[in-house]
Amino acid sequence: MIDTLRLTAEGAKELLDAKEISGAELFAAYLEAIGERDPELHCYLHVCEDPGGEGIPIALKDVIGTKGIPTTAGSKILQGYVPVYDSTVAARCKAHGLRTLGKTNTDEFAMGSSTENSAYGPSRNPWDPSRVPGGSGGGSAAAVSAGLAPWALGSDTGGSIKQPSALCGNVGLRPTYGTVSRYGIVAFASSLDQVGPVAKNVRDCAYLYSIIAGRDPCDSTTVEVPEVVLPEDGDLKGLRVGVPRELNEHEAIELGVRAAVRLAIDLLAQLGADVGECSLPRSVDFGMPCYYLIAPAEASSNLARYDGVRFGYRSPNATDRLEMYTHTRDEGFGDEPKRRILVGTYALSAGYYDAYYGQAQKVRTVIAREHAQAFERFDVLVTPTSPTVAFELGGRTSDPLAMYASDLLTIPSCMAGLPGLNVPCGLSGGLPVGLQLIGPQFAENTLFHVGHALERAVGFDVVPERLR
Amino acid sequence: MTEISRELLLHVARLARLELRDDELERLEGQLSDILAAVSKVAELDLSDVQPTSHPLDVVNVWEADEPRPCLPVEEALANAPQREGNYFKVPPGGSP
Repeated sequence: MIDTLRLTAEGAKELLDAKEISGAELFAAYLEAIGERDPELHCYLHVCEDPGGEGIPIALKDVIGTKGIPTTAGSKILQGYVPVYDSTVAARCKAHGLRTLGKTNTDEFAMGSSTENSAYGPSRNPWDPSRVPGGSGGGSAAAVSAGLAPWALGSDTGGSIKQPSALCGNVGLRPTYGTVSRYGIVAFASSLDQVGPVAKNVRDCAYLYSIIAGRDPCDSTTVEVPEVVLPEDGDLKGLRVGVPRELNEHEAIELGVRAAVRLAIDLLAQLGADVGECSLPRSVDFGMPCYYLIAPAEASSNLARYDGVRFGYRSPNATDRLEMYTHTRDEGFGDEPKRRILVGTYALSAGYYDAYYGQAQKVRTVIAREHAQAFERFDVLVTPTSPTVAFELGGRTSDPLAMYASDLLTIPSCMAGLPGLNVPCGLSGGLPVGLQLIGPQFAENTLFHVGHALERAVGFDVVPERLR
Repeated sequence: MTEISRELLLHVARLARLELRDDELERLEGQLSDILAAVSKVAELDLSDVQPTSHPLDVVNVWEADEPRPCLPVEEALANAPQREGNYFKVPPGGSP
């Protein structure tokens, strides 16, 4: 009997290597769990048949292009689209023997913080199905927590890996910008988009990162990456931990979240770390406005390709070419992509460019500098990942700005291209609280080391209470 | 406070090749005004001396060897075409681009 709720990827590999279970048995166990729990949770948009082999199964967020497997990005405009090539990350997983279980639900074009913007309906939080799993990668995070995949890949523009991991109580890494190829990924905001792993623990997360990271000739923004070190047990003596005031004391942070993170910071000190306060004075207040100019501006450009010509949906109601574009885009896009396309087009249009997009790019420099200054004194920064625990479905859907605020604490480091790791650090009202570890660029190994020590000290049970 | 007029919204929608229905215009007008008011906060900082960041990594001039490689076969390139004729994507005639 394979307990997919508890089995880690490393544990699965040991069972496979020792031939205690076959690859087919393992894959079937996940399909059975999906059959049992996914009708309620709706983590998957597409479930695959076992492609054969003895590798570990994996779930892929549906923005990740997969040859021969539908890839919709949670949008109606890509309904029926079947890529004719693999994204680099999908190819690397395949080359490593990993077998795709299916494609996971996401807010449309990864735009959102709850999966409620998916054209195919929301996913639900395995800890409490009346609540959201976070987003945009809520499908991947919920699948890992509910034992519907041992691990998964997500993508993160302003928090879409870290925030769902926080809300679902697992480990998610947004890697340093440029460490993981975006070739074959449905693009949202290209100066921010990163692919990264979601897992049950930090070691699995590090291992999956080691599979996908590295320079790719097909993505000229990628660079050579330091060798990944899987974390081993150890203390944190000599580690300098910074606690940015503005990201820990913001009024939007719930008391229960603040308390759990505070306890975890005390644990870091008990493990030998030197904990000190610091300040990122403009990164929070100006991070959100900066992000919600730059990301929509880039999205408005990236989403121009959905025109009904070469792939995806085409409106049947057009009589000429202009109508083909406008009807296809009106019928194919949901509200959130439309809002962002409009904001982005406006911010880039003649007469407004300097005041909006140009100014936002300068704010981005300010945010990067503030973080660089903090890293002169500290090895890592800690903050809550999400200001709140998982919220009720429908709670923020009518107010775009309330939804945007979900990423208040994840956005600043994304703007600076920094890696961030979510580690579960406790419960508030029976729901998981996530702690965000932020490092300098290419400091993934440090994040893994600290995250591993912390998760051992916290002893968080990643299996949702109602499923134990 | 940044107000988005109906005229400006229609202009931007036209630039983005979005046809918006009346009910959408109604809803989006208010939402976009709120969003633009929030993001306009970036104007509060005097950043005349600050260089813009367009890319978070310090990489310049990334070159690859200019060697021919096989490309996507025509059949695969056209596999997802909503409509095709021979080796072409087919689109309706007329209308501005």
